[in-house]
Amino acid sequence: MKTRYKAIMVAALLATGACKKDSEFLDVPPKQVIPTETLFSDPVLVLSALANLYSRQLDFSSLDDGWATFVDFSEAFPSENGSSFFVQRNGWGYGEWGNWDYTYIRELNLFIQRASASTKLSDADKSRFLAEARFLRANFYFELVKRMGGVPLVTEASEEIQDPLTLQKPRAKESEVYDFIISEAEAIKNVLPTNADEKGRATKGAALAMETRAALYAGSIAKYGTTTPQVTLPGNEVGIPNTLANGYYTKALAAAQQIISGSAGAYALYQGQTDLSENFAAIFYDKSTKNKESIFIEDFKIGTQKKHSFTVNDQPYSSREEGSDAGRLNPSLNLVEAFEKLDNTYAPLATTDGSGNPIYYTDQKDIFAGRDARLAGTVITPGSTFKAQPLDIWAGYQLADGSVFSSNDASILRALPGTTASVQVIGNDGPANSKELRTQTGFYIRKYLDPSTGSGRRGTGSDVPFIRYRYAEVLLNACEAAFELGNNGLALTYINQVRSRAGLTTPLTELSFDRIVHERRVELVFEGHTLYDMKRWRLAHIVWDGTQMTVADLKSNIGSAKKRNTQPYGLWPYKYYNPGNTNNGKWLFKEVRPSLVTGANTFRLGNYYSQISNDILSANPKLVKQPNQ
Amino acid sequence: MKYKYSFIILFAIMWAITACKKDTYDAPSVTLKGRLVYNGEPINVEFNQVPFQLYQPGFGKTGAIVGTFGQDGSYSTLLFSGNYKMIIPNGQGPFRWNENQTTSQRDTLAVNVSGDQTLDINVTPYYLINNSQITAANNIVTAKFDISKVITDANARDIERVTLFINKTQFVSGGDNVVQTSIEGSAITGLQNLSITTAIPALTPTQNYVFARVGLKIAGLEDLIFSPLVKVTF
Repeated sequence: MKTRYKAIMVAALLATGACKKDSEFLDVPPKQVIPTETLFSDPVLVLSALANLYSRQLDFSSLDDGWATFVDFSEAFPSENGSSFFVQRNGWGYGEWGNWDYTYIRELNLFIQRASASTKLSDADKSRFLAEARFLRANFYFELVKRMGGVPLVTEASEEIQDPLTLQKPRAKESEVYDFIISEAEAIKNVLPTNADEKGRATKGAALAMETRAALYAGSIAKYGTTTPQVTLPGNEVGIPNTLANGYYTKALAAAQQIISGSAGAYALYQGQTDLSENFAAIFYDKSTKNKESIFIEDFKIGTQKKHSFTVNDQPYSSREEGSDAGRLNPSLNLVEAFEKLDNTYAPLATTDGSGNPIYYTDQKDIFAGRDARLAGTVITPGSTFKAQPLDIWAGYQLADGSVFSSNDASILRALPGTTASVQVIGNDGPANSKELRTQTGFYIRKYLDPSTGSGRRGTGSDVPFIRYRYAEVLLNACEAAFELGNNGLALTYINQVRSRAGLTTPLTELSFDRIVHERRVELVFEGHTLYDMKRWRLAHIVWDGTQMTVADLKSNIGSAKKRNTQPYGLWPYKYYNPGNTNNGKWLFKEVRPSLVTGANTFRLGNYYSQISNDILSANPKLVKQPNQ
Repeated sequence: MKYKYSFIILFAIMWAITACKKDTYDAPSVTLKGRLVYNGEPINVEFNQVPFQLYQPGFGKTGAIVGTFGQDGSYSTLLFSGNYKMIIPNGQGPFRWNENQTTSQRDTLAVNVSGDQTLDINVTPYYLINNSQITAANNIVTAKFDISKVITDANARDIERVTLFINKTQFVSGGDNVVQTSIEGSAITGLQNLSITTAIPALTPTQNYVFARVGLKIAGLEDLIFSPLVKVTF
């Protein structure tokens, strides 16, 4: 009985198993991979594929663990002992900033091909997805051309394995890559949604903002490239002929004006807070619909994997929310003194009077008074507050005999001469040389710092977005393009809008190239523009010329586009100790070069375009090498 | 037992034979060295800033062996024997070398390396600093020198500036110095009997000598040409 039962069972199993055709035996549908046809039949799945492509965009700076990408170029000092190399090296390698990520381009091309071939998506979905992928591709080519000059323009991908020789493409001219970006932006701008509140995904505003910046870069390379004839290649893979400059400037102005006129959505400068400095800082942390300034951002969300540690890394030391994470990014005095006075003039911060005697201030804040509101919106200065906590920045006591009485940590108390009680002789927030995680220049970064509680904890993090394109830059692009085209009146209306928002209410009546360079520096510093602006104006090898700086250098020629900026300086406050003197307890300031700063930045001509590595050159003999390398 | 013994011999022989084969390649051992010269006179440049590249075609991927010239224009590299092509990349160095007449791009120099050899590279500098005399007295360093313009045809370039550099160590250039003093090219009227003086700053730790040399910046080129290095005691 038992045997028979078993036999029936076996027979039944055999019979059911045998129903499968032999040919299907190996044809098992994958369980981890979504087949192409399935993916491109459902808009939700397509969006998730697109989200992956969005997340792989390339930026110069990144907020997550990327404080170090902001710290270079003497605009800031790295207060982390392992990162001192930024201020100890004499320059950059030829490969610095290079990128050759054709894997990403291939995947964008495949996405475009597959989405075009799809028959199951609605027309509206399909055209938007295609336009978004084309935006990402154009924006990535923009990143490549900024770094490498002309690169091979690959806009098609094959799913089959081909003869590698047919895949080897020569470098396009630098101007052809810019033309590609501009024409793609023109082609997709009316397909993308017109919505000023859509910031994470590509919109008409984002496409036009990319177009105006790209055209401006191309125009300035054409115009200012004549000053560095060495930085060109005979085939124009690097360098744009001078005759094309006006054409690009015209396109840059036209694209910017489409945004300014409101045809791409209701973008506007962020305004409304009475404190203009707080207003400027809020551009970066206010994510409500009140913020019509940011156009295209990298967004973050607390409670997910997509959060960042910018506030953790860079918060003031005294009010830190995490044991030993703070104060890494210290803006330099070079940058701070570039913020002009409210009467539109430049002046160094007044530390000494005409005869060289120190000036005594009752309040630390007084030395920074009467300056561009963007100063306090970008930099935390001594005497200010963050998260309602006052900063404690001072380097020690200045004694009447000229010596300094200090220690290198606020927890080390000392008795002042003639007293017995031990007191604190240096600020909790620094500055002291080589004392990492607190300021060594006297300043902390304010831009991108998240004022919400918990943003300085590693576990919580911050969701302040990184702004890739914003309205103030569009205005400055329009200003520069109009200026280069000789239309100063129009240029002034644009630049004065940006300036009046910052409290510089006396409008400029004359415009110069140096003014534009200066305005972009103070408005857009730490947003990934510094290097590319200096490159396209061909100022990089002049500003970073490898010569050590003196205090006299630092304090002179402020506002000049060619001002040397090779080493970050600091401004250290001291408390005057001289009982009985009227100045006792007042503040004086000294310009200091942090002792870790030993190198001086040298931008070599070969740094203008990053090196193409030997691997890439030998895989494709049609590529020509960069100049001066 | 005999049976086992023969195996042992066999193993010993096999081990001995295979072990004869070396398991790595020889390191490159042939020295190619030389200097940058003009009419036999060395060309002084900045340390580590003027590169040269050696290519050896015929071995799969192409890629350069990169070296740089020393302060006194010397170079030295260890290679395998073979045929190489040498270039000094376009735009590098304060001189003209091997420029193609029509494209004005630099050509390659074929180098056959078969044994240790010295290969001086003849270049044509735009300018030379001659008869330089650097002396120190009372904490002041004085450099006296002449300049001669070597390239005077259509390729001639102007002097941007002439600078006296001083450093604590023997590496003296725009990137390595404790003090530098320049005269702008526009302020130079004659090329003979030029002089630059500069005060020696406080040195820590104190030392009673400095290294000094004069660098000449040529308009439109980033590499300077220098006078010979001098150690001056004060």
